[in-house]
Amino acid sequence: MEYDVIVVGGGHAGCEAANAPAKMGLKVLLITSSLANIADMPCNPSIGGTAKGIVVREIDALGGLMGRIADISHLQIKMLNSGKGPAVKSLRAQGDKVIYPKNMVKALNKLKNLTIVQGMVEDLIVEDKTIKGVITAEGNVYKCKTLVLTTGTYLKSKILVGDKFKFEGPHGEESSKHLSDKLRELGFEIQRLKTGTPQRLDPDTVDYSVLEKEEGDKTPWTFSFDLEPQYDVDKQVPCYIVYTNKETHKIIMDNLDRSAMYGGYAEGIGPRYCPSIEDKVVRFKDKERHQLFLEPESAYYPDLYLQGFSTSMPIDVQDKMVHSLKGLEHVKILKYAYAIEYDAINPLQMYPSEESKIIKNLYTAGQINGTSGYEEAAGQGLIAGINAGLRCQGKDPLILKRNESYIGVLLDDLTTKGTKEPYRLLTSRAEYRLILRHDNADLRLRKHGYEVGTIDEEQYARLNKKIADINQLVNELKEIRITNKNTNKYIGELTKGESLYDLLKRPEIKIDYLKEYITNSYTDEIFNIVEIQVKYEGYINKTNKEVERMLKLEEKEIPSDINYDDIKNLASEARQKLKQVMPLTIAQASRISGVNPADISVLTVYLKKEYNK
Amino acid sequence: MNENICAISTALGVGAISIIRATGPDVFNIVNKICDIDITKKASHTISYAHILDKEEVVDEVLIMKMDAPKTFTMEDVIEINSHGGISTTNKILELLLLNGCRLAEPGEFTKRAYLNGRIDLLEAEGINDLIVAETEKSRKLAMNRVEGNLSKLIKKHRKELLSLQAELEVIFDYPEEIEEEITYDKVLEGLTSIKEELKDLVNSYNNSQIIKEGIDVALVGKPNVGKSSILNHLLNENKAIVTNIAGTTRDIVEGSISLNGIKINLIDTAGIRETDDVVERIGVDKSKDIINKANLVIFILDNNTDMTPEEKELLDSLNNVKKIIFVNKNDLDSKIDLSDIKEEVVYGNTTTPEGLDNLKNKIVEMFNLNELDSNNYNYLTNARELSLVKKAVESIEESINNTKNELPFEIIADDIQMTYNLLGEVIGETYKEELLDEIFSKFCVGK
Repeated sequence: MEYDVIVVGGGHAGCEAANAPAKMGLKVLLITSSLANIADMPCNPSIGGTAKGIVVREIDALGGLMGRIADISHLQIKMLNSGKGPAVKSLRAQGDKVIYPKNMVKALNKLKNLTIVQGMVEDLIVEDKTIKGVITAEGNVYKCKTLVLTTGTYLKSKILVGDKFKFEGPHGEESSKHLSDKLRELGFEIQRLKTGTPQRLDPDTVDYSVLEKEEGDKTPWTFSFDLEPQYDVDKQVPCYIVYTNKETHKIIMDNLDRSAMYGGYAEGIGPRYCPSIEDKVVRFKDKERHQLFLEPESAYYPDLYLQGFSTSMPIDVQDKMVHSLKGLEHVKILKYAYAIEYDAINPLQMYPSEESKIIKNLYTAGQINGTSGYEEAAGQGLIAGINAGLRCQGKDPLILKRNESYIGVLLDDLTTKGTKEPYRLLTSRAEYRLILRHDNADLRLRKHGYEVGTIDEEQYARLNKKIADINQLVNELKEIRITNKNTNKYIGELTKGESLYDLLKRPEIKIDYLKEYITNSYTDEIFNIVEIQVKYEGYINKTNKEVERMLKLEEKEIPSDINYDDIKNLASEARQKLKQVMPLTIAQASRISGVNPADISVLTVYLKKEYNK
Repeated sequence: MNENICAISTALGVGAISIIRATGPDVFNIVNKICDIDITKKASHTISYAHILDKEEVVDEVLIMKMDAPKTFTMEDVIEINSHGGISTTNKILELLLLNGCRLAEPGEFTKRAYLNGRIDLLEAEGINDLIVAETEKSRKLAMNRVEGNLSKLIKKHRKELLSLQAELEVIFDYPEEIEEEITYDKVLEGLTSIKEELKDLVNSYNNSQIIKEGIDVALVGKPNVGKSSILNHLLNENKAIVTNIAGTTRDIVEGSISLNGIKINLIDTAGIRETDDVVERIGVDKSKDIINKANLVIFILDNNTDMTPEEKELLDSLNNVKKIIFVNKNDLDSKIDLSDIKEEVVYGNTTTPEGLDNLKNKIVEMFNLNELDSNNYNYLTNARELSLVKKAVESIEESINNTKNELPFEIIADDIQMTYNLLGEVIGETYKEELLDEIFSKFCVGK
């Protein structure tokens, strides 16, 4: 028997990669090394955060699971960056590490076309540079039309604590010993990456009286566009802030040679944006203290996650470090911090559809592509799943553009620039972020979900209702005029009649001040999105103009048979990069680092001459 | 750009030697066909003695310089043939190259290749063009500064400042809970204002750099017989005229140029128009208006020996808003002129003594600050493309200053800064890459 799509790995990428094609009506098999660890959160308990929260909304807009599962599985949720602008706002939830996987498994089990089995995939069946199936360590053979690899950190994982290490996964499980060798044999470039996770502490041994509390928002939120908030805002679990001090820093500096990273026991490259505490102390010597967070992991077991304190120091040093923190002097350490090294592929060997350039019908998603983070993994899993499904249906892939989504930014960055460190999304990576907002993810993406079949009629109708409401409210704002006769205390005196629309453009006028004039009723969601659209119209238009400029270059396709060696005047670095990336368009080519504007001129001239493009 | 191109690189005319330059993938083979040595066997960056042959006949005795790619101006193979000067010999060699596989280079094509091959950036490419046409010492220095990338350096400095400011904003978006001392509107305002001022100075310096590059256009205005021609001749003869009778320029009539403190002074005689005119008595106010408006300076010449005519008074009135020097000529003769209506300072002089025009020259130097006009200070914007981009950058930064004053969300201000950053990037042909993230991670301790 042959599956349409086989997904290897049951993490955040794997769950989405299995869900999407199953929803599209395809026959899907999910193979996980441990049924107990599906949708596991081995690191941070939070889902969302800056930029990442918008990705979760995008996943929901495209019919993915992460948002709706997070909505029914969290201990606390809040909106970050509320006061800093419309597009940098982002939701972050503290997920419950027990409930989240449970709810995810429940959702997957509801999918008729999905089968889930346990097994460690160690070999691939490849014929004619095309994937045909997988073989597990137990010797089981599964055949498929398309394959999505979402192996996370499990390719040759190595756990490091100080100068000690073990070849195992985050929970001491088996890791895949041979799959990355197989990939290397097939022509994949394998790189070694590293990430780390901090200590878990016993909440009953913390002195909360000296710590600052961080509560969830009093406004209820959901990631999903389809769900109403299902939690009590007053029953959220708080987090706490802890600070390092001079004593902590001294302990670290005195023991630096015993850290796996500084002592030279590790070879993998770690992320700059998620530095270990020894990194922070060494690189920012002048800083007197660093801020840490104590975050609850679950309502069902007593663990606190010490956010910001990841380290690869040996345990005796970790004991001293943790106990030097104010409020944690007598804390019981339940699990020590560790670093984990794993194999990843070079994402430059992948198309923006996430299909491999080396093996046909083979897709990769998540940490295997060199990213970090649950949300980045889930976003990629979703797109890989959709594209594997579309391939089975004989359709063109769904390639999200940089002006459409953070997921598009992520995939374009990965496949254009590659990555040397675990890649994390940041709002500053998105040049069109003003239009990639939390509030409009469904407006940007739901139609794609509907077209590929991951969004159903009911969800699509909800989108259309939203669009209609937005248009109606905008019309009302344009039609209703305010004069001195009917002005209110917020608007104040007017020299001439003005429409609500123009009044809303004033920086000091909020849409709340104008609600009394509006005849139809709208949800807060509609008011909020229209307020942003009107207030920042000039900026949004400016962004759209830049998008148009970029899209023109996106239209200039580069033929796949181009031979960069034939183009005499390319700088050698540019030639090498272009050969490696094989950009699909001039726009993508222009984003490759090491390809200068001069090279783009040369390339454009060449295309004009040789292909008349 | 697979073609081989060639051109005569020295000014065509009678000189001691001429240089014919060729570049492209096959230039060595092409040159081999027209000379009596095997140039492909010569080492790179060496000069060889050879004869240029047209079939059997020796055309000239030459030195051939061979330079292998990529260490050449165009980063392609380059040949330079030093031949004996003379139009016919030089042209003959060029013709032989054309017959054997080169095509004639378009103006600026060597520089264009250097740019396209990544040898120089856009600014340097423009600088080299300026260097080629530089006529005076200061203009040459200005161009040299650009070749060395002084403007690039300055633009890069401002971009770095903008980047640093933007990083301070971006870090609070991406790490909202980790930055203990967030940036304030006041700090943004301070940073933006100082960059704006420097960019404005840059725009202002454009005018000065225009003076260094193009010189000062000076129109001599006055009724016939007031002495314009003799002033002109006096200036040109005494000051080692560097150019005479530039024909075909867009300027009306440049009689000649002199060098004053190293700056080119282009002398324009408005009289030329009218002296052929039959209505001699009437000063052609209308006709000279255009010239007067275009000039950087008008020298209005009066005759010390006769009183002002109504036409002269009319003309003087029309010069109200024009940068001018009122020059009273013939001060060696009796003063019969009544200057009581003129409120401005006047300069006296004559053309009969060697020092007669020194006051006039000193006045020009003073007015344009030529003593202090040093190309070291004006090594900046020198063409309209750069000027318009920097002007746009100033507008964009002014907008962000307004938005900062109005305390618009930081996100919007960060977008404004990005815009300015990109505009400045266009000046030097650089685009946005990973700089922002590098800046954030080098500057802030963030990351949970």
